[in-house]
Amino acid sequence: MTAHVGPAEVRVEGLRKRFGRVEVLRGVDFTVGTGRVTALVGPNAAGKSTLIKAIIGLVKIRPGDGRVLLDGAPINGDVGYRERIGYMPQAARFPDQLNAREVLALVRGLRAPGTPVDLELVERFELEPVLDQPIRTLSGGTRQKLNAAVAFLFRPSLVILDEPTAGLDPIASGIFKAKVHAAPAAGTTVLLTSHILSEIEELAEDIVFLIDGRVVFQGPIPALLEQAGAARLERAVATLMERGR
Amino acid sequence: MTPFRRVLSSQLRNVIRSRWMAGHTVLLLGVTILLLRFGGSGARALLSLVNLVLLLVPLVSVVFGTLYVYNAREFIELLLAQPVKRGAVYLGLFGGLAIPQVATLLVGVGGPLALQAVREPAIVRPLVMLLGVGICLTLVFTAFALCVAVLVDERSRGFGVALLVWLGCTVIYDGLILLVVTLFRDYPLETPVLILTFLNPVDLARVVLLLTFDVAILMGYTGTLFAEMFGTGLGIAVAFGVLLGCAAVPLMAGFRWFGRKDL
Repeated sequence: MTAHVGPAEVRVEGLRKRFGRVEVLRGVDFTVGTGRVTALVGPNAAGKSTLIKAIIGLVKIRPGDGRVLLDGAPINGDVGYRERIGYMPQAARFPDQLNAREVLALVRGLRAPGTPVDLELVERFELEPVLDQPIRTLSGGTRQKLNAAVAFLFRPSLVILDEPTAGLDPIASGIFKAKVHAAPAAGTTVLLTSHILSEIEELAEDIVFLIDGRVVFQGPIPALLEQAGAARLERAVATLMERGR
Repeated sequence: MTPFRRVLSSQLRNVIRSRWMAGHTVLLLGVTILLLRFGGSGARALLSLVNLVLLLVPLVSVVFGTLYVYNAREFIELLLAQPVKRGAVYLGLFGGLAIPQVATLLVGVGGPLALQAVREPAIVRPLVMLLGVGICLTLVFTAFALCVAVLVDERSRGFGVALLVWLGCTVIYDGLILLVVTLFRDYPLETPVLILTFLNPVDLARVVLLLTFDVAILMGYTGTLFAEMFGTGLGIAVAFGVLLGCAAVPLMAGFRWFGRKDL
């Protein structure tokens, strides 16, 4: 499977996940539309991280516990579909003794030969001067910039961003947001999580609202505002959370 | 280059550059040089190094390995978000941890003693045995470390379990054998003790080294039995085979658990 065959659609059908006695996902259904920027929102322990990890394959889904489809094809344990996915985890932890250039080379080496590379964020974040410094000497913000650059490095069909602007300074945050805005036109579907609702309002077109392992709303942000009878996303989210209790 | 080799190569670079490895190498070098300088001969230094290899090497392997995997957890997740199989990441981690530690042993202990062996050729065989046993123990306890880090999610508990594994193999197991021997002293116990020795890599390594240094007589009738069992080339080959098996079992178990684990 090759990367960059256009933006992907993600469909999650009846997904259930249990850790011991705790049921984290209770039959989750939603779709991340092709070329859309979708925000996954919910209170702590709603199941957002588990859902993201299920899409990437870090969390195992047993047969009969629902499925995840990428452009209609179920993710079935094969790793090839990840050629099309970029992932930015919340914590930017890289091996301390490697330098940023080695990290970029490592993840490039794990992709199929000939995968197109997008170094825009490396350039715009001005990472070039620090690429040869050991990771342990880089600030938290610089590591987060590297984290973002890795996520967009392969012009993915789907990029998953977990609390992406945490640790970025306002300038870097602005550059990053511009990249997210431009992603659909560049052939990338975006799925992101954030606790900063103003950021979601700024970046996302659609919202998937998760409470206690269930989707309580999915659709465009204006539809959520209308349903909650609120003018701002913050108020609408608070209303949904109150109803969900 | 395959994904396994890429992961291995990155882990090797990361581990080799770490202060842990440098400190461990300097410690082994220092102790070996001091023992050679003040011990009088290479043979005596080797005998003194037996306990270092039997106790320190497993401790460093299991503690360093466990902590390393906990520290690398987020990066492991990032690697697994790439189109790479879990097995490649797991084996790359194992190799990346074990190979530098083996190199440390060869440089720290093997280096000075190899120079000594030029003047004292009689120590070549025991030196090779010591290094062979040290390498096997490194592989065994690195495999244990990965198992612990895969099975126990919480870092502080995992660290405790890793220490318990080391303590169990080096001290508690011997205590249990002693208890069995005391409780059943009226029965012929040589064969059961031989079997129990095979089940603990540190005990097996200790017996192999004691036989190499011709001090089996200190172990009485059991020592004679061990000498009969391990004194031949075939016996030594079997012992090393079992030691490698002791590494393979936790390695493969961890491989399976890692493949199924929710990260």
